[in-house]
Amino acid sequence: MKIEELSALELSFNRLIETLLIKKAENEQFTVRLSSERSQFTRFNHAKVRQTGCVADGWIELTLMAGQRSSVRQFPFTGNWEIDWQLAYPALQELRDELILLPIDSYLVLPSGTNTSREGHSGNLLAEKAVVPSVLEQVAELDFTGIYAGGIVIKAYGDSNGQKHWFANDSFTLDYSLFSNSGQAVKGTFAGNDWDKSAYIAKISEAKKQLELLARPVKELPRGQYKTYFAPAAVADLLLMLSWGAISEADIQQGNSALAALSRQEKQLSTAFSLKENFQRGLVPRFNELGEMAAPELPVIEKGRLVNTLVNSRTAKEYQKIANGANGSETLRAPEVSPGNLVFEQILPKLDTGLYLSNLHYLNWSDRHTGRITGMTRYACFWVENGEIIAPIENLRFDESLYRFWGENLVDLTDFQEFIPEVGTYESRQLGGSLVPGMLVEDFTYTL
Amino acid sequence: MLITLTKAIASFDIPADWIGIRAVKETSTTRSVRDGLPQVNGKSFTIGAMLEVLVNGCLGYAATNSLELSSLQAAAQTAYNQALAASEWWIHTFRESERPKVVGEYKSPFIEPLDALSPGEINDLLVRICQTLKVDDKIVQTIAGASTIERESWFVSSNGSEVYQKILSISTHYGATAQDGKVVQQRSNNGSQANCYQGGLELLKQENLWYRVRQIGEQAVELLTAEECPTTRTNLVLAPDQMMLQIHESVGHPLEIDRILGDERNYAGGSFVNKSDFGNLVYGSPLMNITFDPTVAGEFASYGFDDTGAVATREYLVKEGVLQRGLGSLESQARAGVPGVACARASSWNRPAIDRMGNLNLEPLNATFEDIIGGIEHGVYMESNRSWSIDDRRYKFQFGCEYAKLIENGKLTKTLRNPNYRATTPEFWHSLIQVGNAENWQMYGTPYCGKGEPNQTIWVGHGSPVCVFANVEVFGGGS
Repeated sequence: MKIEELSALELSFNRLIETLLIKKAENEQFTVRLSSERSQFTRFNHAKVRQTGCVADGWIELTLMAGQRSSVRQFPFTGNWEIDWQLAYPALQELRDELILLPIDSYLVLPSGTNTSREGHSGNLLAEKAVVPSVLEQVAELDFTGIYAGGIVIKAYGDSNGQKHWFANDSFTLDYSLFSNSGQAVKGTFAGNDWDKSAYIAKISEAKKQLELLARPVKELPRGQYKTYFAPAAVADLLLMLSWGAISEADIQQGNSALAALSRQEKQLSTAFSLKENFQRGLVPRFNELGEMAAPELPVIEKGRLVNTLVNSRTAKEYQKIANGANGSETLRAPEVSPGNLVFEQILPKLDTGLYLSNLHYLNWSDRHTGRITGMTRYACFWVENGEIIAPIENLRFDESLYRFWGENLVDLTDFQEFIPEVGTYESRQLGGSLVPGMLVEDFTYTL
Repeated sequence: MLITLTKAIASFDIPADWIGIRAVKETSTTRSVRDGLPQVNGKSFTIGAMLEVLVNGCLGYAATNSLELSSLQAAAQTAYNQALAASEWWIHTFRESERPKVVGEYKSPFIEPLDALSPGEINDLLVRICQTLKVDDKIVQTIAGASTIERESWFVSSNGSEVYQKILSISTHYGATAQDGKVVQQRSNNGSQANCYQGGLELLKQENLWYRVRQIGEQAVELLTAEECPTTRTNLVLAPDQMMLQIHESVGHPLEIDRILGDERNYAGGSFVNKSDFGNLVYGSPLMNITFDPTVAGEFASYGFDDTGAVATREYLVKEGVLQRGLGSLESQARAGVPGVACARASSWNRPAIDRMGNLNLEPLNATFEDIIGGIEHGVYMESNRSWSIDDRRYKFQFGCEYAKLIENGKLTKTLRNPNYRATTPEFWHSLIQVGNAENWQMYGTPYCGKGEPNQTIWVGHGSPVCVFANVEVFGGGS
């Protein structure tokens, strides 16, 4: 996005807040959230372009609160004040008419803070015309598939209490797979604010080496329990399950959480396992839907014990807890798992005989209340014997409890971490990612 | 709108072989209540246009949420530039015939308009559902929600297409969580968000609503003391609300031709099905008949035309167990050289169309529910999905359900909790030994089918009767 377009969006957003402040009645309060992006999406298959285009999108979410009731309207936001106000003003009036019809919301939280912030991360991205050749020239001889997504993403907030936040990030992600002739694949991500050609070439060269290993005949393994090394990307997949019915205080209170037993201290995880929210990398906004700022760091699990859940203000009000700036759905936004003591060179010797998993796929709770997760191995997963990679494996289904693989069966975590970027593009381009080590686990259960 | 968009195309000053505009305007409402207290009351409005430009066989796109003429012109130029920039590296030479001229319209059937009840009246209904679900002190949480969508779309093109479609739909969901000490069980109305249909507000109050609400509450409590599902291989009887998921994951996705062509390998995955399998592969038992059917009145993904202008018709994908055709758009059919259906769809104006399922239904045969259960000496009957996972080739799957009954000597006996089953797709569909009749055929849907890069969630519909599968591995929960 050009500087002038970005500036027009911010001016129009500020004017929207100012005008709503004038239009609001004395007993009314409001919050306004902006999500906007200008993104190029180029999709690849067989080292060719399958789809390519640009999306200019943006929307406002206006929440009006009065008389202990609230309702929300979402409508487009273009940065053109005349168009935007023509949508915003009827939304305000419609909200007013609706509020009196709704039931009382006992746990409604009004905006009350005084936070303001303004953060911008400029980028040095590929020009639109340069994306295709820059990506494909390095992989022309390979079976390369994936997507380049790049451009500016804006998240902003304002409310009737005077809080205001602006977060703009000009960035790209290249999420790709390289396939062997036998259908085995290596997965990679390349992301950042600046396109570094030499770093990209190095990533592809590294992936080519893994492709060579994948050329070996595939080994089919019987179901059973195997010692397993999970590379950081696989650990990040398991970690994401904590944002789905686990780490949320509301989920714990309402009987929906896989961590209820940990919360009740009936179980604990390995003392080697520690998790925190760490916003200090600055990749995601720290503010939530009420303009509240999360602490730069929040310990969640320390040495296997649950020390904090994610608590937003609404949950805090309902269950008499202390809020910690969590978002509305109480999900991890900047998770970091602490490293352990396993050095890179010792991964295969310590694994000795078992499975080396680069990635996982399609995880789900198979029995949430006992923390049991099922899913599949996918991409560059190998059988290892006597500390040596022997062969790629036929994909395996696992079904295992987090109380075992992060508990009594956790051997160690690596002494290094990797940043696994969030590459999701549902609704809009997602930001951030997970900072995680690899991990070695005894007796992981494979079922099919 | 059609005239405005047609005029816009005429104003574009770009040397393209073909230009299309698909505009979408959508208003959706979401209302939900937990334990009788309001959680969400909201309305969302979106409008925008997707422009596609064909240049030398390459398609570029640009999407904008401003329908001002100047914005459409700028988007057309961007789309043109995108196509040109990719032309040296383009995967397949597309032709105008993959965007045929089409004129027509489709509208969802409905009785009551979506605003027939006020927001207050809908909240009152949801509160009453929560109250009725709480049949016992052991019910620790009740939820109820309703969502409506009114979606209008207009498609015009430089070769004369003019299509208007208006879809009205409603999704409802309610459920209860029961807890007794460490034991927690959840039960909902046919699984999460499965009651999705096209139509008006008449769908909000389904027949036997209050009986069903009370039953859901009672079954949640019943599950607290139920036996764990046994670990064994046995006859598995699946209710239509679980068959929905089974068809979706192990028939729908593997038959998507864009997956078979490799487009999805980096995200959703590929398929165990190959191009050469169409017309040849024995996918399942001879009792297996699966149709792609966008013509079923009221089913969630019915439509008259796909998002590239292909006319939607009912087609057999699998007939008497043999694979006939795939879920592939005109583009995918041209690339793969295999027969497909009108299934190019996009989640909204801001995403390009890709191969999608639409309505995918298992056709009924002749068995009553009583016939089915009465003929089984030992088995497990399962209802309502709660867990789903399948590999990237759509081969090895594991699914879990909310509620189950043991079948002993031709009768449903003990209630079972935490029922799960796993198999491979070909083995499973070959083990289909009985298919229910039209009386036990039911249709459901979901708004959450995820796929594509950039990612898109889209709405699909699935109908099925009760089915029996022989010798399936079933098992219970953890400890």
